[in-house]
Amino acid sequence: MTEQSRTYAIDMQAILRKQDGYTNPMETCIHIEHLNLYYGQKQALHDINMKMGKNQVTAYIGPSGCGKSTLLRCINRMNDLVDSARIEGKILLDNENIYDKSINVAALRRRVGMVFQKPNPFPKSIFENVAYGLRIQGINEKRILEETVENALRGAALWDEVKDRLNDNALGLSGGQQQRLVIARAIAIEPEVLLLDEPASALDPISTLKIEELINELKEKYTIVIVTHNMQQAARVSDVTAFMYLGELIEIGNTSQIFTNPKKKQTEDYITGRYG
Amino acid sequence: MISSKTNTWLQSGAPWIWFTAAAVSASLIMIIGVLLLITVRGIGHFWPADVSSFNYQETNGQLKTLYGEIIDTSETPAAAARISGYNMADNEEVLVQYQIKTGNRDVTGSDFRWIQERNIKQQDTPPELSVIERREWGNFYGTLLAVKDKSGVIAQGDAAWQAAQDKITETLDIHDEISHLEKKEIGAINYRLEQLRLKRRKLEITGQLTESAKTEIETEKTGLNKRYQELQTELSKLYQQSRNASLLVKTDSGAEITIPLAKVVRLYKPNVMNVFGKIGHYFVKLGEFLTEEPREANTEGGIFPAIFGTVLMVLIMAVIVTPFGVIAAVYLREYAKQGFMTRLIRIAVNNLAGVPSVVYGVFGLGFFVYILGGNIDRLFYPESAPAPMYGTPGILWASITLALLTLPVVIVATEEGLARIPKSIREGSLALGATKFETLKNTVLPMASPAIMTGLILAVARAAGEVAPLMLVGVVKLAPTLPLDGNFPFLHMERKFMHLGFHIYDVGFQSPNVEAARPLVYATALLLVLVIIGLNLAAIIIRNNLREKYRALEG
Repeated sequence: MTEQSRTYAIDMQAILRKQDGYTNPMETCIHIEHLNLYYGQKQALHDINMKMGKNQVTAYIGPSGCGKSTLLRCINRMNDLVDSARIEGKILLDNENIYDKSINVAALRRRVGMVFQKPNPFPKSIFENVAYGLRIQGINEKRILEETVENALRGAALWDEVKDRLNDNALGLSGGQQQRLVIARAIAIEPEVLLLDEPASALDPISTLKIEELINELKEKYTIVIVTHNMQQAARVSDVTAFMYLGELIEIGNTSQIFTNPKKKQTEDYITGRYG
Repeated sequence: MISSKTNTWLQSGAPWIWFTAAAVSASLIMIIGVLLLITVRGIGHFWPADVSSFNYQETNGQLKTLYGEIIDTSETPAAAARISGYNMADNEEVLVQYQIKTGNRDVTGSDFRWIQERNIKQQDTPPELSVIERREWGNFYGTLLAVKDKSGVIAQGDAAWQAAQDKITETLDIHDEISHLEKKEIGAINYRLEQLRLKRRKLEITGQLTESAKTEIETEKTGLNKRYQELQTELSKLYQQSRNASLLVKTDSGAEITIPLAKVVRLYKPNVMNVFGKIGHYFVKLGEFLTEEPREANTEGGIFPAIFGTVLMVLIMAVIVTPFGVIAAVYLREYAKQGFMTRLIRIAVNNLAGVPSVVYGVFGLGFFVYILGGNIDRLFYPESAPAPMYGTPGILWASITLALLTLPVVIVATEEGLARIPKSIREGSLALGATKFETLKNTVLPMASPAIMTGLILAVARAAGEVAPLMLVGVVKLAPTLPLDGNFPFLHMERKFMHLGFHIYDVGFQSPNVEAARPLVYATALLLVLVIIGLNLAAIIIRNNLREKYRALEG
């Protein structure tokens, strides 16, 4: 099969554009070492090893059920909530094993924010949604709250749309707005890492576009890990792409390399749309 | 052809729809029927019906005049009447009998009698017939002859009516003053004297009764006693005044009797009242029913203490059962490891809801009143012994017993509410660095609050209608004081109280004059239903507001 005959299921131009601006990671932020995860008897993740650089966007791609979301949820220990889940191995966040016994899980989750597939605003006002994380930390001073909420909403590109109705119920927002509100809520507590679990899969194309633009802006300040089903999205927003299949990490590399010149046959098959 | 038609009709499901609709209609008709019955019977009680004068031939042939209101009518077929021993002429087909309320129990010994329609020679409604509502012996029916004073007759004939009304108003004012003095002022002094006695006794027990404390208590006691004497003098003066006047009246049999004005509540002539007058009278009576205390072994007057007791008890119950139920449900649903034990506990909780309520009453009496209350008395109120403080039935124990009774409802409803909170909301909160407790407190419980309120609504509905356990743990026929008054600490949880449900039972079955009180049973039942509806409505409004606020569940 020649280079020309390959039919990519992706937007080539986006990849070529990306190639120019991409630099190698200066600093490792998250380091996953020999991570195994079991649900009861069933093993869901097999010996995962990877590094994710600071202020980079890493995308996890792969077919449904391959363990991308599970891996993502390991990074802020969301899998602790599943009774049957058992984890072996290490995840180092700034050289500190987050599965260490001395780690305070709530404090960890403040450092590693997460946005879920379906927008999940609380049934409170827009303001209270964004201020939630601060109030949890005991910050109730009005001036600080107002400032942080405004900054977070601006950071999530939502400020102009909601600044006149901060006291309205957040459930009155559209799906795309709700998702950006949830992102604002996550960045209001200034985490180091932002985990996005298919953040745009429930949204319409315009909202998706806004979220993607937002991710590009957010990586200035945060290390981002994104799970996506949409390969064009992975190509557009990420610097590094990891391809997973059946609980194993098949290949990880610069996004341009993964999409133009994958080293593994399975990766190539997946991105050319042979399965998944 | 017909059978195939029937077949299609059966297959179409139409009979099934009719059947289900019929079931709904039957339920509705029964409920509406019950409400209609108690409403009609209960509401009619306060209407000032006309008083008739009957020229009646007794069975022995003697002619008599009878005054009374027609209460009820019965028609007996001639054959049945003959079997019962009535002499029936051949051309008579039915025996019509009227039940009339003749009042004057002090004269005739009973309030009611049955008369046969065929023996009534003449019936009319003379304008001069008066009704006197009395504090004793029920209503009086007759004519007013004169108003008397200590010195003798002060008005008679046509002038008597106005003079009587003036005197009644005067005497009622004195009566109000007397009851204010007795209940409020002297009641407060007695309460403080009792507190002083307990204080002294307590100091005595603990060995801290110094001379200075003694004199202090004695001085205060003397002051109170002095005030008490003053009030007593005032009171006896008022009693003297109220005993001065009396009414001279004539009964249907022509006997003249004297009714002291102190015993008169109201004097009116229903036969000359127009519709508006009657409506006015009706609402005055209704107001009295709602706001006054009962008279005459609960068969007359108002039922305010019972309304108050019912509402207060339900509120205290709600305050106790909500935190307990919610906390238990939170543990069961959120913290406990789901498995055999939690299943067992759930089954046990659900079975608690099926235990007959009187069993709870027995438990409340045995455990709460005697063991818990007895020990509280021993530990904290040794000075009041041998009289119990909390070691006797009271509103606190009644509320706790009912809280226990309704606990399963609240637990089950709360658990269901917690289960309905989407996982995504909890994860959203946890992902922001909230602990499980913070997530529960800030997000999950507020969102489950409509469900908690639903549980509370069911609990209130059940508790307000419960009577059997209350009879063991705190309800009395007549409570001398309300559990809430002006004496510190204002809410007296150890006091006994009155309850509408028990009041119905008491008036309907335990009163000395069951027949006279029967309309009151309906009126009280109606009021109980209204109180429960009111309590539920309040809870439903709160719940709907909460629902509006936490609409997320629908999404």
